[in-house]
Amino acid sequence: MPTTLELMLRALVVLVALVLAPAALAANCPTVSKGTLTVGTDNPAYPPWFGGNPPPGSPWKVSDPRSGEGYESAVAYAVASQLGFKSTQVVWKYVPFNKAFAPGPKPFDFDVNQISYTPARAKVVSFSNSYYDVNQAVVVLKGTKIASVRNVKGLRSFKLGAQLGTTSYLYIKDTIKPSHQPAVYPQNAAAIQALKNKQIDGLVVDLPTAFYITSAQVQNAKVLGQFPTTPGGEHFGMVFAKGNPLVGCVNRALARLKANGQLAGIRQQWLAKATGAPVLK
Amino acid sequence: MASEGDRRAGPEVAARSSKVLGLGAGGPRGVAIAVASTVVFFALLVVAVTHAPGWPEVHRAFFSWAQFRTTLPEISRAFLLNVKIFCIAEALILVVALLLAVIRSLPGPVFFPLRALAIAYADFFRGVPTILVIVLLGFGAPGLGLKSVPTSTTFWGIVALVLVYTAYVSEVYRAGIESVHPSQEAAARSLGLTRWQATRYVVLPQAVRRVIPPLLNDFIGLQKDTALVSTLGAIEALNQAQIDVNASFNFTPYLAAALLFVAITIPLARFTDWLVLRDRRKRQAGGVR
Repeated sequence: MPTTLELMLRALVVLVALVLAPAALAANCPTVSKGTLTVGTDNPAYPPWFGGNPPPGSPWKVSDPRSGEGYESAVAYAVASQLGFKSTQVVWKYVPFNKAFAPGPKPFDFDVNQISYTPARAKVVSFSNSYYDVNQAVVVLKGTKIASVRNVKGLRSFKLGAQLGTTSYLYIKDTIKPSHQPAVYPQNAAAIQALKNKQIDGLVVDLPTAFYITSAQVQNAKVLGQFPTTPGGEHFGMVFAKGNPLVGCVNRALARLKANGQLAGIRQQWLAKATGAPVLK
Repeated sequence: MASEGDRRAGPEVAARSSKVLGLGAGGPRGVAIAVASTVVFFALLVVAVTHAPGWPEVHRAFFSWAQFRTTLPEISRAFLLNVKIFCIAEALILVVALLLAVIRSLPGPVFFPLRALAIAYADFFRGVPTILVIVLLGFGAPGLGLKSVPTSTTFWGIVALVLVYTAYVSEVYRAGIESVHPSQEAAARSLGLTRWQATRYVVLPQAVRRVIPPLLNDFIGLQKDTALVSTLGAIEALNQAQIDVNASFNFTPYLAAALLFVAITIPLARFTDWLVLRDRRKRQAGGVR
């Protein structure tokens, strides 16, 4: 049995570690503007990745990244805290997807916007390690012909759509190989409208987004299923300017968040609904 | 007569071909100066750009030969959709716009409602940005859910472009019709032609010939605007380029798409210049020397 003194000492050690650890992490972690962590994302930022209601007059639409609600917002604040930033020191910046990898100095420390890691992209920007391992899924309208499909092969004869800049399009082209030319939409809103209009039979998106579409955006839609995980898998990473030393700091922060279970907790809080879709064989 | 014509043919041909570029207005010395100043200008430009601090990154991001080579075939295939769209659209535009211009030129108070409609149409579709017409029609019309309404993005892209460009082109035709002197129609009517015959056989042939250059000008505009159909999800050259850019985070595919458009529009622009020049010479030939 440990004595009371021992317990108190242990608690003290843990406390000191907790206080010092972020400070230690923050050393050698330069940011674009000193004393703040500038995080980029697209606008509108959609649930379940971002949440909260933007206050009247806010430039943010649909969700408010500053709320700390939604998976990506919560992860960004958790990482910031690991790096020694208070939540008031986190500044959000609107970064259109194209701008995240345009040449020239980056106006953000990192961009968090459901961007999948690929080796080709990693030649141009630096990615953090995975903060979410993602699966693609297909959303269809209830009662349509495609709604009774149970396997990937069955999707081939349908017109499928994806959002520009997603790996969903690559999945359609390289794995499903449909007989119809797929459609690619510049915005989430356009893709949703095309699905509603039956201009496409199925919309391929990441699984959490699929559940958001069926719960909030399209009334009579359902998640037909998720695609089998590919070897090596697909993951989202935060995007940094190529060679930015901050990557190492963020990776250490992510490793801690994984080890102490915080990342799993955030996932449970914001993405719990986004599981349980049947796997299409 | 013949010898005079032969004598004149030489310099005139040279002047015509060089006038297309506006080069050599001052004879051989002028040509030399033009060439030298062009070389110096571009040399300075190249030096300034390649010595910019961000040039290596821009070079990698926009001028990657490997990217260009791997994505060009795909983008070229997608460009066929642009070609299909602007060919079908242009054929429809030339016919519908002429009809609209003729309606707007109808005389007499009886035709006021038709004229008013034609004016309202031209005002509206020249005023609304093309991309908005495309998005509103392309997502709005299929949204009605009517069985008889097609959902094809290519179909609605063509319809939107025809609507917008018909407004512009009908104005071009109208300018042509109004440039034909009223005495032409009066003369035709006095010869016993009906109003329709006078329009069809006397006014329109002169009017249309005069506006061929501005018609081609609008055709070039139409070719470029086919890229806007990408907003509807159609994989044409721009959208394919965007897909490739997003897959590699390298902007060179945009350059490949730009070159494809230019490869079609530049010859057409030069052809238009040549037509203008030929027309001017013809009219000068008819007048006092």
